[in-house]
Amino acid sequence: MKYHTQSPASTGTSVIGITFNDGVLIASDDLVSYGTLARYRNIPRVLKVNEQTVVGCGGDFADFQHLSKIIEQKQIDEEANNDGFTLTPKALHSWITRVLYNRRSKFDPFWNTWVVGGLQDGKPFLGYVDMLGTAFVDRAVATGYGEMIAKPLLWEAVEKKESITEEEAKDLIAKCMSLLFCRDSRAFPKYRIAKVTKDGSVIEGPFEVNVDWSIAAHVQGYE
Amino acid sequence: MSAIGTGYDLSASQFSPDGRVFQVEYAQKAVENSGTAIALRAKDGVVFAVEKLVTSKLYETGANKRIFNIDRHIGCAVAGLLADARAIVNVANDEAKDYRSQYGTEIPLKYLKDRVAMYMHAYTLYSALRPFGASLLLGSWDKFEGPQLYCLDPSGLSYGYFGISIGKAKQSAKTEIEKISLKDKTCSELIKEAAKIIYIVHDEIKDKSFELELSWVSEATNGRHECVPQEVFDEAEKFAKDALKHDSDSD
Repeated sequence: MKYHTQSPASTGTSVIGITFNDGVLIASDDLVSYGTLARYRNIPRVLKVNEQTVVGCGGDFADFQHLSKIIEQKQIDEEANNDGFTLTPKALHSWITRVLYNRRSKFDPFWNTWVVGGLQDGKPFLGYVDMLGTAFVDRAVATGYGEMIAKPLLWEAVEKKESITEEEAKDLIAKCMSLLFCRDSRAFPKYRIAKVTKDGSVIEGPFEVNVDWSIAAHVQGYE
Repeated sequence: MSAIGTGYDLSASQFSPDGRVFQVEYAQKAVENSGTAIALRAKDGVVFAVEKLVTSKLYETGANKRIFNIDRHIGCAVAGLLADARAIVNVANDEAKDYRSQYGTEIPLKYLKDRVAMYMHAYTLYSALRPFGASLLLGSWDKFEGPQLYCLDPSGLSYGYFGISIGKAKQSAKTEIEKISLKDKTCSELIKEAAKIIYIVHDEIKDKSFELELSWVSEATNGRHECVPQEVFDEAEKFAKDALKHDSDSD
């Protein structure tokens, strides 16, 4: 039996990313849903590839794990080569576009949306790839509901100023994550941030989403 | 070669009347023509040192390295035909990769060395193949097994060692290694000794120039095999040169 498409099973929701003056942040919450069920909590969906490259991934979690293993092995191969070269964010972004496009062309896509970030030749790089292989590079990217809910905020911040500081970027991420938690039923109030600066890359968190429920009592008309 | 062997050395699949396989012995000879490589097992890891002979001034420095990473946690120093050695190193890389994808964890060195040794052994069994003209020193450190060091030779044998040398000056290097009480020493102490041994056994008259290669895998490197940092390298090289100078002064 040949299936026309697959369908995702265990999924993660939005990933958001933003560049700042000397680095990149990628954030995603800690939840893997099974349909509408909040099935697996405390599961990071951002991954450190090396000291200059990180990725974040939404969509089917099994596909993410599968590709994570392959990416990890790619990185080990690079280290074994020991020639001073390593996976750069631009190279990894390009590689992911090829893999996802190749799979969608077999009508058997990897059901993911990827955000790849890091420092490319010392400059912040942030890229997006979806399950069809559609890809672009921008100063701010978001996937899933994030594309609709968080992206306008990210864009506003990025377009208003020439560059923003790490502090400003983190505040913005916090705001976006809480906004996403309020609006997206598959979001979770705990998230992690993958950060790349010239000092290397780290996964920070988990951070708690800061939500003020006191206004709930004043909401009327939805009962 | 000896007259007895005449006629029994064209194929790796035929024994001589006195029970030897000459092709394997020739392969071992090929290893003994190359620059010396040594590995020492400290209490907290393994250190590697290689005397990389530079046969032409036209080579870039650092070309034709003889210390390799097999995986993040396994180091390898080679002697013999470099092209053969690289072919085996690639096999070892693939074995490490395969183990990782199947079991989701790093390959233990005791399994890797068996797989690679069996691969090398297979090349001594068929008339259409020749044995690899290369020997490998494989070393690793982890918190369960501690330091581990093995030597693989062209026959497909693999033994564990506290200290081992291969290549041109393996005999004199072995004598030097035996003088050190390896078990009480740490990697940072042994890296200097290893450099010193390479400098001692280097034959300045026959082989003019060489490059020293040093690497280690230890508790201090978090079980990762790495080239030693530049300042450690400089210190070890200075220690080696000073020891040599001191030696020739006292003669």
